[in-house]
Amino acid sequence: MLRLRNATQPDIPVYRKEIKKRCIMNSRGLRSQLKDSVPVAGLCPQGAYGVQDSLRSGFTCVKNELLPSHPLELSEKNFQLNQDKMNFSTLRNIQGLHAPLKLQMEYRAARQIQRLPFLPSSNLALDTLRGSDESIGFEDILSDPAQSEMMGEPHMMVEYKLGLL
Amino acid sequence: MALSNVLETPAAGFNFDNAARNAALEGLFDGAKTPNPMKTGTTIAGVVFKDGVVLGADTRATSSDVVADKMCAKIHYISPNMYCCGAGTAADTEKTTDLLSSNLTIFSMNSGRNPRVVMAVNILQDMLYRYHGQIGASLILGGVDCTGNHLYTVGPYGSVNKVPYLAMGSGDLAALGILEDGFKHDLELEKAKELVRDAIHAGIMSDLGSGNNIDICVITKEGVDYIRPYQESQYKDKRKMKYKYQPGTTAVLTEKVVPFHVEVVQETVQQMDTV
Repeated sequence: MLRLRNATQPDIPVYRKEIKKRCIMNSRGLRSQLKDSVPVAGLCPQGAYGVQDSLRSGFTCVKNELLPSHPLELSEKNFQLNQDKMNFSTLRNIQGLHAPLKLQMEYRAARQIQRLPFLPSSNLALDTLRGSDESIGFEDILSDPAQSEMMGEPHMMVEYKLGLL
Repeated sequence: MALSNVLETPAAGFNFDNAARNAALEGLFDGAKTPNPMKTGTTIAGVVFKDGVVLGADTRATSSDVVADKMCAKIHYISPNMYCCGAGTAADTEKTTDLLSSNLTIFSMNSGRNPRVVMAVNILQDMLYRYHGQIGASLILGGVDCTGNHLYTVGPYGSVNKVPYLAMGSGDLAALGILEDGFKHDLELEKAKELVRDAIHAGIMSDLGSGNNIDICVITKEGVDYIRPYQESQYKDKRKMKYKYQPGTTAVLTEKVVPFHVEVVQETVQQMDTV
């Protein structure tokens, strides 16, 4: 509030702090810059202690796990997440905390309406909430999960989803 | 066949599983390169005239140094009042314009209105920016809606430009020179068509990636006139597509008939029981 009242004078201590922060950030290494980016949900290996499951996924090299091989891989994996974050934070700034809270409650409820993991779910409620039932994108044409060529073992998929695996 | 290493169904949309493999393979091939996608090294142009918009394009699609398609259609349908010319990777322009057209059809069915050109441009810009230029499509979008006649260009990285005359593609420099020289505001229909034809012709003459015929598309409030081809190239080859010959094509020189005698050796009759 104080900053708003004295809007004509620049807030010098804050500005100096920001410059310092910027200098520090540029000298950090690649690994920590990766950490600053959006958390990668799928690129890190699953399972206990974050170690690669050699029995199921085979041998792998560390580089593949840290850095994506395609420039779009990370941004596409997290695209929906990022859009939602952006929209909710804008909504919070405009309308207050209650608006994104209520919407997120609805999203959580709609996300739970699913079939078992190895069967294709229609996600109808989620699509209606997001507005993606009125638009066509690449996710409707390419790699349609309803037409997937690979089928997972049902028992293992359910155990994985419940966290028992 | 249920696989036991699949723990989650793969997400819909683009699949980047093979990107690491492709990067590794590229290092392995010493001289040979990975196959090139078909590009439309192109000249496309558009002009806003008094009653609407004229779009023009050549019809050559190249795959590195070879002409892959001589009658390629580069002016794509978006909606009854909008057409889009595409330069860049052929598949990308086709798929992008198809997606755009589908989205606008759903919108117009939902709302009962004809879509505006700005809406199409915004959808394209969002889509192309999301993929950071990996979708190689440079598009010229022209249309007539309730707010007037519009011509926009969308670059592969999502940049948008609204201008009264425009050329894109590998032959755009030559075409732009003709357009800069001959463009005036509120041209008549025939003059506008001639200007676009001259621009595309300049692109064809000066650029190896453009050639063959010229297509013109005129969009006005009354409707669309898609003239394909507007002008055919004079270097057509006379190849027959079908090689089926009529009986009598080759003359019969001599005819010799040899009768073939058949002797009946044995005859047996067996009755069938049909009850």
